[in-house]
Amino acid sequence: MAISKSAAAKKTPSARKRGRKPALYNASPEELLTFYRQMLLIRRFEEKAGQMYGMGLIGGFCHLYIGQEAVVVGLQSALKDGDSIITGYRDHGHMLVADCCPKAVMAELTGRSGGISQGKGGSMHMFDVEKGFYGGHGIVGAQVSLGTGLAFAHHYRGNDNVSMAYFGDGAANQGQVYESFNMAKLWNLPVIYVIENNQYAMGTAIKRASSEVELYKRGESFQIPGKQVDGMNVLAVKAAADEAVAHCRAGKGPIILELKTYRYRGHSMSDPAKYRSKEEVQKIRSEQDALELVKAMILNGGMQDEAELKAMDKEVKAIVAEAAEYAQNSPEPDLAELYTDVEA
Amino acid sequence: MTAGNQTYAAALNQALNQAMAEDTNVILLGEDISESVFGVTSGLREIYGPKRVMDMPISETAFVGMAVGAAMTGLRPVVEIMFNDFMGVCFDQILNQAAKARFLSGGRLKLPLVIRTTMGAGDSSGAMHSQSLAHLVTSIAGLKVVMPSNGVDAAGLLLTALADDGPVVFIEHKGLYGDLGAVTEEIIPIPFGEVKVIRSGSDMTVVATSAMVKPAVEAAEQLGDEGIHIEIIDPRTTSPLDLDSIIASVAKTGRLLVVDEGAARCGIAADIAAQVQAECFKALKAPIAMVTPPHTPVPYAPAAENAWLPQVSDILQAAKRLMAGN
Ligand SMILES: Cc1ncc(C[n+]2csc(CCOP(=O)(O)OP(=O)(O)O)c2C)c(N)n1
Ligand SMILES: [Mg+2]
Repeated sequence: MAISKSAAAKKTPSARKRGRKPALYNASPEELLTFYRQMLLIRRFEEKAGQMYGMGLIGGFCHLYIGQEAVVVGLQSALKDGDSIITGYRDHGHMLVADCCPKAVMAELTGRSGGISQGKGGSMHMFDVEKGFYGGHGIVGAQVSLGTGLAFAHHYRGNDNVSMAYFGDGAANQGQVYESFNMAKLWNLPVIYVIENNQYAMGTAIKRASSEVELYKRGESFQIPGKQVDGMNVLAVKAAADEAVAHCRAGKGPIILELKTYRYRGHSMSDPAKYRSKEEVQKIRSEQDALELVKAMILNGGMQDEAELKAMDKEVKAIVAEAAEYAQNSPEPDLAELYTDVEA
Repeated sequence: MTAGNQTYAAALNQALNQAMAEDTNVILLGEDISESVFGVTSGLREIYGPKRVMDMPISETAFVGMAVGAAMTGLRPVVEIMFNDFMGVCFDQILNQAAKARFLSGGRLKLPLVIRTTMGAGDSSGAMHSQSLAHLVTSIAGLKVVMPSNGVDAAGLLLTALADDGPVVFIEHKGLYGDLGAVTEEIIPIPFGEVKVIRSGSDMTVVATSAMVKPAVEAAEQLGDEGIHIEIIDPRTTSPLDLDSIIASVAKTGRLLVVDEGAARCGIAADIAAQVQAECFKALKAPIAMVTPPHTPVPYAPAAENAWLPQVSDILQAAKRLMAGN
């Protein structure tokens, strides 16, 4: 069934500026409900992580994905088995959508033995190779070269899998990004460079750090095509993802997707929040929220009613509660673990 | 006259402020330094303007390189690398370009550059935001390396760094930023290559660096109650290293324990131990002992991280073993 016209046709400011209608994926009701549920899982998971941080159960760095949910949900819905995913430290959402176990992810945040890295890594350093998730990286930009390497391996093996390498608007200014671009195009490696442009790198607004803020253009001098996408609309993301994945699988080499998005919370749990106004955040939350957009489509399309969506929320909250419970009760790692996995 | 109790972070801020007021060649470059993650550069953009306090894109290789280039012309850039772990990104600029410019130009080039960065574990920051990498830069000829253990020293040493013809790598411990100290209103520079004797004693010399000074003092107090008198020496700069003062102390006490948060192997502790034994082997009553973290990455889980970090109990144990002669 077609999704409601009004919601589907809603143009983003950037799309308006360029005078083009964004391509929207024509989702079936089942798909739309799946997207909504995945976005909801991320949001509830992150809200819980934020609470647990406040209670002192999670320490150090913890970067929440709230606001950006449509990006990973739309993009990763285009992937298949054998594809690989890699990102920076804001990695919880990528993992949940890659089907990593929420309990093991939450228990990593609390640093317990049941954590996906047995408490060694923490929020920024998590991996789940069986699910194609190659981390979870704390050094801004490093994952871009690594993601290029994942694509190199697909290319070498001659399979039709792709690598999805996520990085931020801030990371887009690291030199190794461009060294990677050059090699990826030189050898036509199947890598989708996903720039999650949430407008800020810590407290630095993109305009203050980038001479060219249209980041999808950054591949031009390497002959890499780029596309700007409304990252708050999961259907726009899915449409762009399908196109990009097809491009890579067809052996045409790398492609850049710039997802315009926004993080609602601070950069990490400690954030002075002096670099933007509360009104700015509130305005985007109320006008462009990715979950609200899909919720409206579901309700307007008559796919589910409020009560059914409430029931879905309850189910999702139960998954998160179970993860939180597990993360608090899983034992602390044995101190002997300190010496394991250091060398081969 | 003292400005009363100031934090280590505020003391550094005051030193930067003092140097910037005196010399317009002093400029600050770094990521998010006008917001300032640890407060060291807070407020300076308001005073000196965006021309002298510049937020950088996340491009460490290029902006550290840019600072090196600018320093070649006599500007005095103070470039911040938010965590010393990120030196990995721009290490060429540090180890090849900055460190060797003077030598390779036959002294024609000065490099009045200060690289400010942070080190240290203890706050669950994980394996890539918790390392103590002073040994890496100390091993490179041409770099001066400072690792202050308290705010008063930090301010005085930073002022010296800012006047030095460099390059200087100035490594602040992020676990010390909140510590209070009596910083004078006008900061007095502290020369490089001079240890600080934190406490005198006759039975054992403990050389402790950066945040390790505090647990060393605590251990020494406990040992004092047991009649064991510990002398604690803070080298303050690992390059230049005031080896003479350490040797003089060891010649007096006959025992040396080195406590450092950096590498267990090829680290500052191993370096000091090797140099001391070469100079005063005959004065030693027992083998030189070291307390460092184990040879593993820093774990995230708090209990594991605590076990990883040298604690007062580790120092006590090592000191007692040393007193027992083995
Ligand atoms: C090499 C390196 N430099 C600096 C940092 C500190 N840092 C962590 S996140 C961040 C901002 C990154 O912003 P962006 O790429 O836009 O990603 P976002 O946090 O917005 O998702 C910075 C400067 C780091 N971790 N690694
Ligand atoms: Mg960003």
